Amino acid sequence: MENENLKEQFKHIPGWGIDVDWENNPVYPMKDIEEDDKSASWDRPAQQITSKEVQRSNERPKLPAVFGDTLPPAGLSGQLRRYAFHYSESKYRHWLPLLLADRVNEVEGIVADIKSGVFPNIWKERGFDAHWKYDRQKLIKNLATVAAVSIGVLILFRRK
Amino acid sequence: MKAMNYRGPFRVRVEEKPMPQILHPEDAIVQVTRACICGSDLHLYHGMVPDTRIGSTFGHEFIGIVREVGPGITKLKVGDKVLVPFNIACGRCHFCKQGLFANCHESNAMATAVGGIFGYSHIAGGFDGGQAEFVRVPYADVGPTVIPADMDDEDALLLTDVLPTGYQAAEMGGIKVGDTVVVFGAGPVGIMAARCAWLFGATRVIVIDHLEYRLEFVRQYAACEAYNFRSMDDPVLFIKRITDWLGADVCIDAVGSDACGNAMQTITGKKLLLQAGAATALHWAVNAVKKGGIVSVVGVYGPTDNLVPIGNVVNKGITIRANQTSVKRLLPKLMEHVKNGVLSPKDIITHRFALEDVAEAYQMFSAKLDECIKPVLIPSTVN
Repeated sequence: MENENLKEQFKHIPGWGIDVDWENNPVYPMKDIEEDDKSASWDRPAQQITSKEVQRSNERPKLPAVFGDTLPPAGLSGQLRRYAFHYSESKYRHWLPLLLADRVNEVEGIVADIKSGVFPNIWKERGFDAHWKYDRQKLIKNLATVAAVSIGVLILFRRK
Repeated sequence: MKAMNYRGPFRVRVEEKPMPQILHPEDAIVQVTRACICGSDLHLYHGMVPDTRIGSTFGHEFIGIVREVGPGITKLKVGDKVLVPFNIACGRCHFCKQGLFANCHESNAMATAVGGIFGYSHIAGGFDGGQAEFVRVPYADVGPTVIPADMDDEDALLLTDVLPTGYQAAEMGGIKVGDTVVVFGAGPVGIMAARCAWLFGATRVIVIDHLEYRLEFVRQYAACEAYNFRSMDDPVLFIKRITDWLGADVCIDAVGSDACGNAMQTITGKKLLLQAGAATALHWAVNAVKKGGIVSVVGVYGPTDNLVPIGNVVNKGITIRANQTSVKRLLPKLMEHVKNGVLSPKDIITHRFALEDVAEAYQMFSAKLDECIKPVLIPSTVN
């Protein structure tokens, strides 16, 4: 009866209680494991073949059947990434070099752009047109802050 | 083909890229007709996720038309219009057999914690994403689902991640009839989590955020209470006060690593990257939930460490449940809810951009300009 009262009370909310199993509440799904699902082996899909360098977590003995092979490691950032993958996902020696590699890779990207004759259009890449259109005041404030901090850092280093 | 191209934190552009190829018998090539920018894409965009390589194409929420299939594909055919779950899952490994499609063990070479995800850095497998004209879709007989003729394309688009993630957040909360549920974050996933909490019999749903326009939206869309944490000294104390000083039965973290609201978390997590993002929402969730309550986490965090009050988890006897969403497991039920009109996910879409304007789209979503809630990208190849 109480449930009926609740259904009446919340009838303005479409679907209220629609997924309640009244006999088995709450309905958080329990693990659904068949006996043969406990095995650590299964009927593996065909193995993807690649000629590219694909990095593999050392917490798995072999490549998964399917993997992404975009953007193989290259340059200094690639060396850092190769180093990182010697260590497990439990180690800072895995993650910190990857974070560093990302920052190095950003510089490599700018250098590669310039080498190919494209000077990065930072205004456009940062989508500042949208910011200019919808919140010009905040954009000007943000750019002024960045400029002030940069000039401050430059002055600090010159003094030293 | 044209594709979004990541150039570093806060910098993206559209560039020509080679057409994707069939690399495995169970691959398909899908021509993208709609792709969302997800709140979790912003973690990549902000440079917070390790191994996000320059040149990556993001995008794990997309629909499209099958243009080519590998020889191992039996269920899909060229011309099918499909929604593609964000998880890349084989459907037959130890984890997929348990319905844990987000944790597939045959799709991510570079990490074992998570299965492959389209366009979500190399720690999620190094796959290109769907913010492009075409995309390679592995295990195309497992994940992709043909969009029913009577379903709106944009409803289908939000079934690839946002709606299932909001639903799973509520489901993992183990909500019982009569429960009070607090959702931290009024972004797209938080909005969906609040809406779905009612389906499990919650009798009070409260959303906490700091953006007034989103709070107003969620009040209307999810028929819930919504409060601005900027207007209170201490959100945890506020929640205790409005829940008879006991706390909420269930707290949902729908924010993840980009949270604001705590200076120390913001500086150490987002500015200095000394932790894997700011864990402010999770911190509040643990402290605001009732003793013996459940904290459900769908907000995305980086793979290293976060400052979380684990002592209070122990002392309060809290259960924490978390996972990436296993979209495929939830699709049949959620497609029914959408078809029956119980849920209308497309209503949260606020902005549509040409793929070529991807940089402006990211900036608008990231800076919360023009009351942006959910932006969609449309390739110019779509009629």
